[in-house]
Amino acid sequence: MILIGERINGMFTDVKQAIADKNKQVIQGLAKKQTDAGANYLDVNVGTAAADQEGTMQWLVETIQETCSTPLCLDSQKPDVLTAGLKVVNSEPGLILNSTPLNKKNDEEILDKHIEMAKQAGPKASIIALTMDKNGVPQDIDTRVAIAAEIVQKTMEKGFDTQRLFIDPIVLPVNVPNAQVQAGNILTAMGQIKYLSEPAPHTTVGLSNISQGTSERSLINRIFLAVAMSHGLDSAIVDVLDEKLVNVVATAEMLMNKQIYSDSFLKAYIAANKA
Amino acid sequence: MPVPEVTDSFTSSVNRVTLGATKDSGGTRTSTVTIGGARNVVYGGSIEEAGEKPVIAMDVLDSRPKDWPDILAQHYQDVLDSPADWAKKCIEQFGADLICVKFEGIHPDKADLDAAHAVKVTEEVLKAVGVPLVLWGCGNDEKDNQIMPKVSEAAKGENALIGTVTEDNYKALTAIALADNHNLITEAPLDINIGKQVNILASDMGFPLEKIVTFQDTGALGYGIEYSYSIQERQRLAALGGDKIMAMPSICDAGYESWRAKESKLEDAPGWGDVQGRGPMLEATTAICLLQAGVDIIRMRHPRAVAVVKNFINQIWKKD
Repeated sequence: MILIGERINGMFTDVKQAIADKNKQVIQGLAKKQTDAGANYLDVNVGTAAADQEGTMQWLVETIQETCSTPLCLDSQKPDVLTAGLKVVNSEPGLILNSTPLNKKNDEEILDKHIEMAKQAGPKASIIALTMDKNGVPQDIDTRVAIAAEIVQKTMEKGFDTQRLFIDPIVLPVNVPNAQVQAGNILTAMGQIKYLSEPAPHTTVGLSNISQGTSERSLINRIFLAVAMSHGLDSAIVDVLDEKLVNVVATAEMLMNKQIYSDSFLKAYIAANKA
Repeated sequence: MPVPEVTDSFTSSVNRVTLGATKDSGGTRTSTVTIGGARNVVYGGSIEEAGEKPVIAMDVLDSRPKDWPDILAQHYQDVLDSPADWAKKCIEQFGADLICVKFEGIHPDKADLDAAHAVKVTEEVLKAVGVPLVLWGCGNDEKDNQIMPKVSEAAKGENALIGTVTEDNYKALTAIALADNHNLITEAPLDINIGKQVNILASDMGFPLEKIVTFQDTGALGYGIEYSYSIQERQRLAALGGDKIMAMPSICDAGYESWRAKESKLEDAPGWGDVQGRGPMLEATTAICLLQAGVDIIRMRHPRAVAVVKNFINQIWKKD
C-alpha cells in the first residue's frame, strides 16, 4: 500500500500558521513524523490562506527537502502552482502530481498537460487523475469507469506508463444527503478500474473525505480503507499519524498475503516499507 | 505462434552483503566476497538482473568428525585434525569461495570443548586462509552463548559472517556481532513467519538489516527440499516486492543435510548404484535445486559435489 501523508496542507491550522510565520520547524517536524509513521509520499498543499500560492509551494517543498528525502506529492488544482513546485522539487526518489480531471470546460487539455509535466519531471514522476470531467463528478459506477477508461487510454496514447498513473474515483462524505450509496459505487468502480490496463493503474483516494463532518471519523476512515483495499485500492492520501489506521493497513495487507506474517507484523509493516 | 513475453520486472532487489575485510578496511583477509543484489528471480530477466554469483562455503569442522562416512572423509584424511590445513585444502585444492568453520566440537553431547579451543581454531584458520569466514555455532543455545562471543572477538575486524541466532536465542550473539562489526545469520526452522520475526528481533536490537544473511534451514533432496525451495522462493519474491525485512541474501546447508541421508552413504544397496557417486550426486543436486530458488551461499562438503556446483554456477551466472 502506498501511503501519502496528508498533514502538510494549509487547511490545517498549524500548517496555515507555520506558512504565515515562515516557521520551518513545524513543517519539517510534520515531514519527519509522517515519514517515521510509514508515509511513502508526503502530500504538499498550500491551502487557501496564502496570497502567493506559487511562492508558498516552493517554500514548503524547499523546507521539507532540507531535512527529509521522502518523495513528495504536489497537491494543487492550479497548474501554475504545480509548475512552481516542480522548479524546486527533487523528483529522484519519486514524485506525484495531484491532481487533474479528465478535462475541464475551460481546459480540455488539462490531463495532457499533467502527463507532460510528469514526463518532464523524470522517470519516477506519477500523476493522480480524478474520475471527473467537464460535467463534474459522476454519481454512478459506469460513468466513473468510463472516465477512468478514457484517462487510461490517453496516458497510453501519450506513451506514459500506466504504472505511473493513479486514478482517484473521488470519495464523497458519507453523510451528504442521498450520497450514502456512493461509497459502495466507488468500491465497485475501483475493482473495475483495475482491469483497464495491464499492468493496472494504481488507484488512490483522499480517504479522510469519506468521514468529513461525521462522528467517529477515524473509525469510518479505517473501515472504509480496509474494505477499499480488498477492492484493489493500492494507495491513499491519509493521516499516517493515526496509528490505528496504519495498523489496519498492515493487517489488511497481511491478510491479503501481500506481507509475510510475523508475530511483530504491525511493527514489521513500517520497517518493511522504509525506503 | 510468437513466444509470449513472461518476464516480470520488480522494483526492489536483494541486499548486497560484502563479507570479509582486507587490510584497507581493518582486517587481514586477502579478498572479500559480495553476495546478493538480484533484481529478479533466478532465470528471470536479463543476466544484469541476476546479481552477484552465488558462492560455495566449504565446511571445516573445529575437531575431527566422528560420524563422517569414508566416502566423504577420505578426501580429508590428512587434515581432519587440523582445521587450518583443512581450510587451506578446501581453498587450494577444491576451489571453495569461503570457509565455514563449524564449531561442532563445542557441543556438550559431542566433545564439549571450551572457548580457548574455539578461539585457537578461529585464529589458526584466519591465519591459514585469506578468504572471508563463516563462523557457525554448534546449535546448543547455552554453549553457543558462552563460546561464540569469544569466537566473534577473536575474529574482530574481519567482517565475518557469524551465527546463528534464532527466535528464542538471539540476544547474546546479536549484541556481540554488532559490537565486533560482523554480519549475522538469522535462522528459522523452515518457517517463513519465524524467519521474518527473527529478522525484526535482531533489527530491534539495532542490528542493521543490511548485514543480515538468512538461514531458513535446509531439507536435502528427498528430505523436504520442496519446503526449503518454496521458502527461499517466497523470500526472494518478498525482497523483490520491496519488503526490507526479507530483502537479505540467504545461506543454506547442502553438505550436512545431504550427508545425513542414508542414500548418500549406505554401501550395501545394490539397487541404488555406486556409493562413490551417490553421495556427491545427492549433495550437488540439493545445492543446485536451492540455487535455483535464490540461495546465495551454499555450505558444502564433498569436493566432487563442489566441482559440479561450481560448474553450474559458472554456466548460469555467465556475464558474456
